[in-house]
Amino acid sequence: MTVCVNRYRCGYCGACVGVCPNAAIELVETWVSVNDKACDDCSACVSICPIGALEVRGE
Amino acid sequence: MIKDRYDLVVVGAGPAGSSTAKTAAKAGFDVLLIEKRQEIGDPVRCAEGAGKKGIKRHVKPDPRWISAEVKGSRIFAPDGTKLEISEERSGAEVGYVLERKIFDRVLAEQAADAGAEVMVKTPATGLITKNGQVVGIRGRSLGEAVEIKAGLVVGADGVESLVGRWAGINTTLAPSEIETCAQFLLKGVRNDDHSEFYLSNRLAPGGYAWVFPKGDGMANVGIGVLGSRSEGGMPIELLSRFVNDKFPSAKVVEVIVGGVPVCGPIERTIADGLMLVGDAARQSDPLTGGGILNALDVGVIAGEVAAGSLEEGDVSREALGEYEKRWREKIGVSLERSLVVKERLVQLSDEDLNTLAHSIKDRNISKMGLFGMVSLLFKTNPKLLWSFRKLFKSKG
Repeated sequence: MTVCVNRYRCGYCGACVGVCPNAAIELVETWVSVNDKACDDCSACVSICPIGALEVRGE
Repeated sequence: MIKDRYDLVVVGAGPAGSSTAKTAAKAGFDVLLIEKRQEIGDPVRCAEGAGKKGIKRHVKPDPRWISAEVKGSRIFAPDGTKLEISEERSGAEVGYVLERKIFDRVLAEQAADAGAEVMVKTPATGLITKNGQVVGIRGRSLGEAVEIKAGLVVGADGVESLVGRWAGINTTLAPSEIETCAQFLLKGVRNDDHSEFYLSNRLAPGGYAWVFPKGDGMANVGIGVLGSRSEGGMPIELLSRFVNDKFPSAKVVEVIVGGVPVCGPIERTIADGLMLVGDAARQSDPLTGGGILNALDVGVIAGEVAAGSLEEGDVSREALGEYEKRWREKIGVSLERSLVVKERLVQLSDEDLNTLAHSIKDRNISKMGLFGMVSLLFKTNPKLLWSFRKLFKSKG
């Protein structure tokens, strides 16, 4: 499983970074980068996204 | 040219960061203010409302960054019951609707005028520590890796703050501690310079919808949903529905999204060699979501404490406790108070909200501030708002 960011939809607001319990997400200027190694697929980021740009995908 | 050492490095050039940098630079310290984006203030992540008095404490009003002045506020219950507050009092909550793209840059310019160095397109990527104390930052400036030593580091890096977490301060927001928001800048909205707030679980679960006039038929129209009651994409969908319903002929000229911390004061905002300010320190108001004035006020405190600590040569957590103490004295009570009110309001059904509105709609509320209204609501509906009692307990 892995969190995927749809860059074409993302509004780079950083809400996902704020709720990530593992500090696995970073808002780098205008894109969101996910550190797969730190991510534990809790999907807090997916639910919080105001614009629906994140999803958890299976391998 | 970027130097390899400063007295103070501030990460993030929003209102909190610029206010901190300006204050410390004015006191004669060597300050670097870094901003990851190439343009300060853009993209906006804010409804742009702020009280006039609060703004005037920090900067002389300038039509370049004032989009509109509001004459009053209207709060709508789910069934449409309207509560109206006149300008002179509600000015305490919303008075100006700002143009943040210009406002934020003007604040950074003021920091620069005070002597601070400003670097854009320069994100921090980590902290340099020595014996557990923060002594600088790692970053990238125009794509080049940089290491900058600092007597003291201030994290003003917003809702997406990592600076605090790098230093071991837990700033993670639970879903119930953040409002997830979407906003359109609309053209073709008829309004008479009043800001409007719509409370309804159908429109905005655990949050509210707002209309803030920006002049010339423009308005910021947005929605905030409590994170624990949202799901991916819900705010933008609810907003589209609200706008189609209420402003069917208006045109969307900007889309804005954002997350607003509504957790109330966090346990700790300092570490050895480090302070957090603004949204990074979760200092936004849990009830209104407003953060600009707190950021500006707290930035001044942080800048003063930074200057004092650097002067004394002691930036330990103990020494920086002065900042912790002073910012809580300044805004702690109002954050706690707003938190109590918000925590109850988000539990109420639309029926309850209607009951509350009906109970005071014929009372003379137009001159009341937000807290005056809360107080009246409690007196009129003690059962429904029993948790508010702690707000009114007399001290002693």
